Amino acid sequence: MEHQKVIQQICADLGNDPKRMMDILWTVQDRLGCIAPASMGLIADLTHTQRVVVEGVVSFYAFFHQEVQGQNVIYLCEDIIDQHAGFNALKETVESCLGIQPGQMTKDGLFSFYLAPSIGMCDQAPAALINQTPVTKLTPTLLKRIINNLRKGKPVAATIPKLGDGNNSHPLIQSMVQNNVRKQGEVLLSGHQNDEGLSKALSLSPAEVIDYVLKADLKGRGGAGYRSAEKWKIAADTPAKSRFLICNADEGEPGTFKDRLLLTERAHQLIEGMTIAAYAIEATQGILYLRAEYRYLQPYLESVLSERRQKALLGENISDTDFDFDIRIQLGAGAYICGEESALISSCEGKRGEPTTKPPFPAVYGYLGLPTIVNNVETFCNLPPILAKGSDWFRSIGTEKSKGTKLLSVCGDCDRPGIYELPMGIKLSEVLSSCGALNTEAVQVGGASGVLIGRSDFDRQLCFEDLPTAGAIMIFNSQRNILKIVNYFMHFFIEESCGYCTPCRVGNVFLKERLDKIMNGLGEPADLEYLRNLSATVRETSRCGLGHTSPNPILSSMENFPLVYAALLKEHPSGEQAGFNIQKALDESRIIAKRRSLIYDPDFSSGEGRGNQE
Amino acid sequence: MSDKDHLTLNIDGQKITAKRGQTLMQACDAAGVYIPRLCDSEGLEPQGSCRVCSVKLNGRVVAACTQPVVANAHIESETEEINRYRKDLVSMLFHEGNHLCPICEASGRCELQAMAYRLGISQAAPHPYLEPVRPVDASHPDIALDNNRCILCGRCIRASRDVDGKHVFEYIGRGIHKRIGVNADCLAETDASIDDHAMSLEVCPVGCIIRKREGFFAPVGERLYDTEVIGRDIETQQPHHHSLHKIEVKQIDPADFPPFNKDDNGDTV
Repeated sequence: MEHQKVIQQICADLGNDPKRMMDILWTVQDRLGCIAPASMGLIADLTHTQRVVVEGVVSFYAFFHQEVQGQNVIYLCEDIIDQHAGFNALKETVESCLGIQPGQMTKDGLFSFYLAPSIGMCDQAPAALINQTPVTKLTPTLLKRIINNLRKGKPVAATIPKLGDGNNSHPLIQSMVQNNVRKQGEVLLSGHQNDEGLSKALSLSPAEVIDYVLKADLKGRGGAGYRSAEKWKIAADTPAKSRFLICNADEGEPGTFKDRLLLTERAHQLIEGMTIAAYAIEATQGILYLRAEYRYLQPYLESVLSERRQKALLGENISDTDFDFDIRIQLGAGAYICGEESALISSCEGKRGEPTTKPPFPAVYGYLGLPTIVNNVETFCNLPPILAKGSDWFRSIGTEKSKGTKLLSVCGDCDRPGIYELPMGIKLSEVLSSCGALNTEAVQVGGASGVLIGRSDFDRQLCFEDLPTAGAIMIFNSQRNILKIVNYFMHFFIEESCGYCTPCRVGNVFLKERLDKIMNGLGEPADLEYLRNLSATVRETSRCGLGHTSPNPILSSMENFPLVYAALLKEHPSGEQAGFNIQKALDESRIIAKRRSLIYDPDFSSGEGRGNQE
Repeated sequence: MSDKDHLTLNIDGQKITAKRGQTLMQACDAAGVYIPRLCDSEGLEPQGSCRVCSVKLNGRVVAACTQPVVANAHIESETEEINRYRKDLVSMLFHEGNHLCPICEASGRCELQAMAYRLGISQAAPHPYLEPVRPVDASHPDIALDNNRCILCGRCIRASRDVDGKHVFEYIGRGIHKRIGVNADCLAETDASIDDHAMSLEVCPVGCIIRKREGFFAPVGERLYDTEVIGRDIETQQPHHHSLHKIEVKQIDPADFPPFNKDDNGDTV
């Protein structure tokens, strides 16, 4: 009864609007600990939708739970970088301290424990989110101390050693996260005079702003390399009552964390950039889609928005013009696929975060059917300096086809992991030497969906014409197991596939199974052919970018590290299938039939277990 | 023919005329060119999820069911490459669920099975079997759901939502754990009815939605795809040889048979 009132209040506060489903579900879970089936039914009634539709949304996002969670919730980051930095010891610590496995809750209801794919802290791995507070450079000792203090009712904040630099110690953030800015380039991270770009933009007409940015040749920083202003032009030229603007702050690529820095230290510049773009396409409303892993930044970002409203830089009649524009923050709930622009829009509309069929493209038919522009945080942050300092200045930096600078999130086996702002076209080898990477064997450029390259490619340039990247640079030294890295990425894609289309949903599972077989020493030369063919099907027939790129780690590692594979493959001339274990295949039937094998009996040989069933 | 309302498409060397606003599949269907498909069904909004209708449009692979026709379209459909992808996709579906044709009531009219035959899949692919163990929902008096045979085509979702106006089904979960959920704890608690379009034999392409007491209604030899390959109706613009509609089979009532003769010990003689 009490629950019912709470849910009614929550839904009423959000206008009983099914489009605000994400906010409704977050608030219900925050208040009641979970989103139980009964709650889903009630939410469906109140928002005039169906229970199964609500269930579809709840079950889509990793941070939503239908079963009661513990009072304290631990998400340990299982990223490959975290694995190399001590994830296993932390996992064992949780398991031994609490006696639970991932996905379980302690009997006393004090703790729940989950694994998270990538929480954007790879430069300070291993890391965890404990009660939504990021804890970085975590050691088993610190983790034990946090758990013990939580048992005594002391919050995480009371246990963390010290607050991070810059805005991380802002009263509204209070986090131990470090910015780790290693190199400030001339566009994004060095002295932009706040709102100089916006006043310049407001002195131009919207069409002139688009031309200005077109002239600067700014390409989207998400990796696809589409010219931002061209996309704006399509939206601006589409007749509509109003247009919409969305900032994609859902960087979910393992190894990336540059948006974390921009959101922490350049929030005003980001909102200024969004306002400039909104002016250019004549949008009146916008959304900042914030990934749930960065929820700890939300109160601060809200304060930045209200500060700007007070200064008339946001809201109605911005800077005494007749231009109106406001922004709300939409919190995600743990889905990598929502970095895809149409999936992100679905999520903003309160639905499952699945990509939509294209065409129509969002610039023509996006959020609630309005022409919608989606750009990422870094792209928007580029706009104020471009407007303030001019297109020609921006064009003077970078290469012929890649103008400006790029923020790189550098992590893994190097002395100085962190954020590097470098001109487009920089050689990977220069990045490696400036971050102090020694004995580097392989670099994953562009996160899980990127490519794994070896030494012979270290002289390649990071830019759209050579090695395009959204900025994640993961460094692996010669001690690392290449196949384990590739296997982790496949695990990641299986976890993060939305499941909409067959090739991505099923194909990635089969790719990983075959890789497992090879890693277990059962591989045959024909398995490489299998991987290549299946990869082609997944890449060519998948519906969105996730499936188009998910075979990349396998394909690029097969190409660049052929010997790693070759060393594990064996010919089986007799035609026997090495991957097939007849005893294992019969195991289940053996147990059902309660019969023991005379020649093979794992229970018998281990001296315990099911053998006594007879 | 190319004018304001029409376009000419080239598919595998054959020229066909399409109306602007049509999808590639609609245009091809009208011209008697069949493109294999599973998630698409007459009268339902196309969603492009099974990807079996993949074709190459000017060098790029697209789903024919959702791709609008464009000018100067050069389409490759029956090529070795495209058919290899289709075979891969159909075998993925076979290995993802539990598809045991000999014991399945849908055998003979199953579109997944018929598609495998059309594409020349005659043996198991070298993929692992995922062998799902999902609960069977037999709660409804007239309908049972065996989710282990579901290929996630979503035809039942769209039929129930858009045709029946009920929304009995919806996708739940994600990735390889994605399934079809029902709008209650079980099907019996929803407003599903045996007369819904969603429950008709045209909608579920496999044996997931089971109409109770109607099983095995057509004898072997008279099942939909026993004597024709899937897609023949489109290629020849002729109706199916056999109907999908229920053939009345006389139910055997023990009372119709005279009792066995028994001897004094009760044994049958």
